[in-house]
Amino acid sequence: MSANQHGQHAGHSTGSHAGGHAAHGDSHYVKIYFILLALLTVSIVGPMIGIKVVTLITAFGIAVVKAYLVARNFMHINLTPRYVIYAVTTTLVFMFLFFAGAAPDVMKSHGTNWEKPGWIAAEKAYAAGDIVGASFGAAIQGHGAEHGEGHGEGHGEAEGHGDGHEAAGH
Amino acid sequence: MAESIRVDHAAHHDDHHGAHHGGHEMSFTEKYVFPLDHKMIAMQYMFTGMFMALIGGFFAYAFRWQIAFPGTEAPLWGQVSPAEYNSLVTNHGSIMIFWVAMPVLIAAFGNYLIPLMIGADDMVFPKINRLSYQIFLISAIVILSSFFVEGGAFGGAWTAYPPLSTKAEYSLTPLGSTLWITAVALEFVAFLLGGINFITTAMNSRAPGMKMWDIPMVVWMIVIASILFMLSVGPLLAGGIMMIFDQNLGTAFFNPDKGGDPILWQHLFWFFGHPEVYVVLLPAVGIVAEIITVFGRKKLFGYKTVLYTAIGTGVLSFTVWAHHQFIAGIDPRMANVFTVTTLLISVPIAEMMFVYIATLYGGSITLSTPMLWALSFIFEFLIGGITGIFLGASGNDIFMHDTYFVLAHFHYTFYPIAIIGTYAGFTYWFPKMFGRMMNEKLGKLHFWLTIIPFNTIFLPLFVLGAAGHHRRIFDYRNFPELSHPWMWDLQALATYSLIVMLLAQIIFFYNVITSWISGPKAPKNPWNANTFEWTATSPPPHGNWPEGLPTCYRGPYEYSHPDRKGSDFWPQNEPG
Amino acid sequence: MSSRPIATTRSAAGMPTPRLAVWWLIASEIVIFGGVLGSYIMHRLAHGIWADYAANTNPWIGAFNTFVLLSSSLSAVLAHQAAERGDGKRAANLLYLTTLGGVVFLCVKAFEWTTEISHGMTISANTFWSFYYTAAGIHAAHVIAGGIIMLFVAQTAKRNEELHRVEIIGIYWHFVDLVWIFLFPLLYIAK
Ligand code: HEM
Ligand SMILES: [Cu+2]
Repeated sequence: MSANQHGQHAGHSTGSHAGGHAAHGDSHYVKIYFILLALLTVSIVGPMIGIKVVTLITAFGIAVVKAYLVARNFMHINLTPRYVIYAVTTTLVFMFLFFAGAAPDVMKSHGTNWEKPGWIAAEKAYAAGDIVGASFGAAIQGHGAEHGEGHGEGHGEAEGHGDGHEAAGH
Repeated sequence: MAESIRVDHAAHHDDHHGAHHGGHEMSFTEKYVFPLDHKMIAMQYMFTGMFMALIGGFFAYAFRWQIAFPGTEAPLWGQVSPAEYNSLVTNHGSIMIFWVAMPVLIAAFGNYLIPLMIGADDMVFPKINRLSYQIFLISAIVILSSFFVEGGAFGGAWTAYPPLSTKAEYSLTPLGSTLWITAVALEFVAFLLGGINFITTAMNSRAPGMKMWDIPMVVWMIVIASILFMLSVGPLLAGGIMMIFDQNLGTAFFNPDKGGDPILWQHLFWFFGHPEVYVVLLPAVGIVAEIITVFGRKKLFGYKTVLYTAIGTGVLSFTVWAHHQFIAGIDPRMANVFTVTTLLISVPIAEMMFVYIATLYGGSITLSTPMLWALSFIFEFLIGGITGIFLGASGNDIFMHDTYFVLAHFHYTFYPIAIIGTYAGFTYWFPKMFGRMMNEKLGKLHFWLTIIPFNTIFLPLFVLGAAGHHRRIFDYRNFPELSHPWMWDLQALATYSLIVMLLAQIIFFYNVITSWISGPKAPKNPWNANTFEWTATSPPPHGNWPEGLPTCYRGPYEYSHPDRKGSDFWPQNEPG
Repeated sequence: MSSRPIATTRSAAGMPTPRLAVWWLIASEIVIFGGVLGSYIMHRLAHGIWADYAANTNPWIGAFNTFVLLSSSLSAVLAHQAAERGDGKRAANLLYLTTLGGVVFLCVKAFEWTTEISHGMTISANTFWSFYYTAAGIHAAHVIAGGIIMLFVAQTAKRNEELHRVEIIGIYWHFVDLVWIFLFPLLYIAK
């Protein structure tokens, strides 16, 4: 907007406040990057072993590690004042609170004076191996074509059922 | 080191400023339509908020007329239809909370006071500040425009529970519903931007010497409120997007027929909705703290207590939200948990009230107009708070839920916050904002003609609610057991009181306009107050202190200090 | 109007204002994503069948996009380092590279979504797909916003002006990357 916008507050540009940021050379960041890529590979390979616990660990355990590496090395969260970490942690704590308060209701198919018809019908259909019917709404609304295609291709045992329904639906 | 740099900057700045003013005068648009000055943006928020308050109040008049005199035409409005009734109630509530309480208490006072009270020349992000107001203005236009679209404005209550809010077959307002949620989401974005500005300004731009405990309470409160808002609104913003998709893209996030969950919306809404109560409460509490110390000539009793209490309340306020859902069929075990947390949260709030009363104790009190408002805040809010304890007990709430008792309860909290708090702050800072003194006689007349009708509106509603009158009922003639003559009398009393109260606001606007034009010129510090804003000229120029920004030497509430001879106040900027 | 307020030059909280502000922005974004992802996780845990729906997402595409975003994060942090050394030209070029990463990410997303939608996995197919598109869509909106702002920052950085902005936009970009780091296992890996 004006000529006097810069220069005037030279102290404001990065250098003076950067503190330890410039301590690392570029190679440090490249190194972190390769660690991140290695972790990414692990999280892709994890599910191939086919053990659920391993998948969960390689998926979410590694996500947490990656997040930590990015926050610390790229975002320099450790070089910011403590209260930033507290603020960010607080947001996460509140999200767990939300989860804890809402999940007991949301994770149920029926409760005091109510039930979720879509869910109950889907559970039934799923138990019967009918994956298209299990796609919410299809069982109730009766237009399988519209709602039933969520399974796509390559779907092991349920595939036969799915195709059958799909054909019927169309 | 920082000190000398700052002085340097100040000198620099003033140079530029002088040169700037010499070279080019700001045009009208630059100064009043797209201002960057925090005070002007504050005024934009203030007057937009007051305008919306008139609309919200007028809506209340229209539907109150229908409740008390069903089947007759409301003067100036006409016969209220059932659909109209719903959209009036819904938009009354939404406007009062999102377009009155938020912009006035947080944005207007926050913008005006934070830089002035911490000794800065402006907000740290003036352009984001301006953008925040512009988004807010658009949101206000969107919510008002929803009255003119096909099907009319949304009528599914300010809580917008699905399926009423998501299914046009039920709401009959296909466009109104989407405009409503869009407007609310835009408003959230505006206040997120504003909030970041307030928080960073207060954290970073305090005057040299102003330590944590030297910050005036109202600044603390607005900052804490902005943080609470920021941390609670996110899930609802996400929920708002989900709701728009449910309305328009055929998703089923909140539709149990297709695998969604309507209670999820309630959780998303109230996880925000309850902290929101404290978001608007805290600034009002802060304003009252400033006023009672100045007009009681006493130090705030327990500065740190108030502060810790506010923070504690803020944290606790995230744990109580499902007390709004006791009859929604939530897990009964969770209902117990939320009962306990709800009763717990009344403790810090009560404590805060006691601290204020202790502040007044033994002071030399001047009953000026702002002081009357501040005292009435304490008194009226107390009623709201105490009735809340009844409702927090889940067993009792099963009977009380959605009756006029609940309605009277939350109006005894919201009205003191949004209306009394605003009038307290506005009359207190009016000399600073406009450079003129207000007329005290008119001010007091307006006060009494607002406070008395306020009580005669809502006290009867407690009685009616306990007797079984439900909210959101269009016509009580259809319920013979709720149509006793005494009930009609109380409903009529409430409506007549409302009309008196609305008319009394004319006195206020008359007072504002005449004082602004021809009131006695205000000195810098008409109330002999300590905080920084009273050391700037009235009104302060762009940049606030062209002669150089103040430095802080002590806390904000050193009134009647024993070490201070010859004066009962001790400005924060005075060395020694 | 034109001179910057003195307020901007102070840092009583021990951190320059823009960096402080971006952290608060991130805090407010965490709860936005927290709301939608929290809701998703509740459903995901409760509905066994969602594992079957999730099996239709393509982990290779997800992994490739993770790779793209991680790489763009690297160039963002290298841009910050260049800015730190006062090398505005290099910082700007690295920022352009970062934006390019964002563009590639979005193109891959567009391809992926088109394929899925044409196979009937639309946003209204069922609640899993609704969450899938909504969560990733909110994230994509952040990628777009970040990319656009980055272009403006690069424009000034090129002239060696306002170099501190390079770090700020970088922090924001890393955050967007971080969200994806969690979206990836949530939507693609855990089945
Ligand atoms: C001007 C004086 C006011 C009067 C006479 C008034 C009256 C009412 C009445 C009678 C209702 C309920 C109608 C029904 O359920 O059928 C209502 C609803 C409501 N009011 Fe007020 N009110 C006033 C001011 C305020 C203020 C200042 C606020 C908040 C800052 C507020 C917030 C609300 C809310 C949130 C609702 C619920 C709307 C809904 O059900 O969706 N009101 N008001
Ligand atoms: Cu509540």
